[in-house]
Amino acid sequence: MAPWHRTLLSIAGFLILWELAAHLAASPTLPGPGAVARVLTAETASGQLPYHLGVTLARVAASFALAMSIGTAIGLAMGRSRSLNGFLDPWLVLALNVPALVVIVLAYVWIGLTEAAAIAAVAINKIPNVVVQVREGARAADQGLLDMARTYRLSWLDTLRHVLLPQLQPYLLAAARNGLALIWKIVLVVELLGRGSGVGFKIHLFFQLFDVTGLLAYTLAFVAVAQLIELGLLSPMERHVGRWRTARP
Amino acid sequence: MSAVGAPPAPERPALDLNIAEKTFPGQGRHAVPVPVVRDLRLRVGARESVALVGPSGCGKTTTLGIVAGLDRAFTGTVQGPADGRLACVFQEPRLLPWRSLAQNVELVLPPARRGDGSARCWLERMGLGEAMARYPGQVSLGMQRRAALARAFVTEPSLLLLDEPFVSLDGPTARRLRRLLVETLAERPCAALLVTHDLREAITLADRVLILSPRPTCILAEIQVPGRREERTETDVERLRQDLLDRPEPAFRLIA
Repeated sequence: MAPWHRTLLSIAGFLILWELAAHLAASPTLPGPGAVARVLTAETASGQLPYHLGVTLARVAASFALAMSIGTAIGLAMGRSRSLNGFLDPWLVLALNVPALVVIVLAYVWIGLTEAAAIAAVAINKIPNVVVQVREGARAADQGLLDMARTYRLSWLDTLRHVLLPQLQPYLLAAARNGLALIWKIVLVVELLGRGSGVGFKIHLFFQLFDVTGLLAYTLAFVAVAQLIELGLLSPMERHVGRWRTARP
Repeated sequence: MSAVGAPPAPERPALDLNIAEKTFPGQGRHAVPVPVVRDLRLRVGARESVALVGPSGCGKTTTLGIVAGLDRAFTGTVQGPADGRLACVFQEPRLLPWRSLAQNVELVLPPARRGDGSARCWLERMGLGEAMARYPGQVSLGMQRRAALARAFVTEPSLLLLDEPFVSLDGPTARRLRRLLVETLAERPCAALLVTHDLREAITLADRVLILSPRPTCILAEIQVPGRREERTETDVERLRQDLLDRPEPAFRLIA
């Protein structure tokens, strides 16, 4: 059996199980896949779902870019400098252990109920994880190649681009993967607490109306988009940057 | 009035090295620093080739690291070439595995000179014309070492540092590469400081051979190799080697 056959079978099994459970429960709080699909098409046709999904996606993209660039810079610095690492490490431990909810509430209180506060809150939640992963990568960097860069007086930009970043690539990719999964979820909370648009806002609305069908429809759309990004963006990127590994003589 | 009779200014050496002491931090709680190099003084004239020969673990690579400016934790002074042009061929080729051979050579050029064809020219000179677009992992170790030589020469160095440049190659490949290096140095002369544990290699490549002691390293003996490098035959090299090994001083027993 081809792997994609198995995947198809697995999805079909899940749908059957779901339908069966909905049938047995016979309650509006557990709608079957058919009902959810109907809401999904209706919401798509009305433009509601694409709009809110788009807004959420934009927030995810902005906070992801912010968290990855700031986290990479700090992680690199901490991985390469022992004294800086010693100084910043307690802060990192603190940042890793502050609950996401606290950061979000504080951002809204301090900055106000604005878009900037929402994006900052999500980025701040993610930065410590990026730092930890990139720091690991920077520590593992090949000293011999860095010595080579120094003897040949490569500029710091060339050293970063040609010597360090290629070695960090697996760590960056892992950070990006975990990052997306985490950011998706935090963005929803941010939207639920203080935004008038986005999937999180809609879910808040559905919760108040006890509309589980709508809730599930938005969740499924959301999961599908996340999977598309993995398949369409992250995996091809991984193959592209890793092509020297698989090149055969 | 004319300047007739003014003696030419003595040429500044490509390297003037004086390591008073270099220590490694010891292990454990009551660590005592271990001296690795002590009172090592040497000069390499412009276009001169000097080989450092000594038992393994004697601090040869440490010395080269100091000359390359990678290690500043020592007492003493190091003065490189006036124009600062220094290139290094390391014990491992140290090519970036994620860049092609051409990109690896190109990268060490200042940005203004990239793409001017000199990287390609040097790779061709090293016999790598066909392999330029390949990644280092796709070519043999001998070819990687050739690329490392191309990378060193493309920077037009005044001082070339070579740290066991042909180690772990099979005999014929190492011999071919040594000949290539001698020829290249004859065409594009520069000073060279070579570190090796192989006396034959030292005599083949150098004008002057320095025998180093075990730790803490200092110079035990100095041999001027007669004749021009590019005219030396393998018989010449073998004769001088036998002659050195037969000498009674203990220094020559160390490298036998």
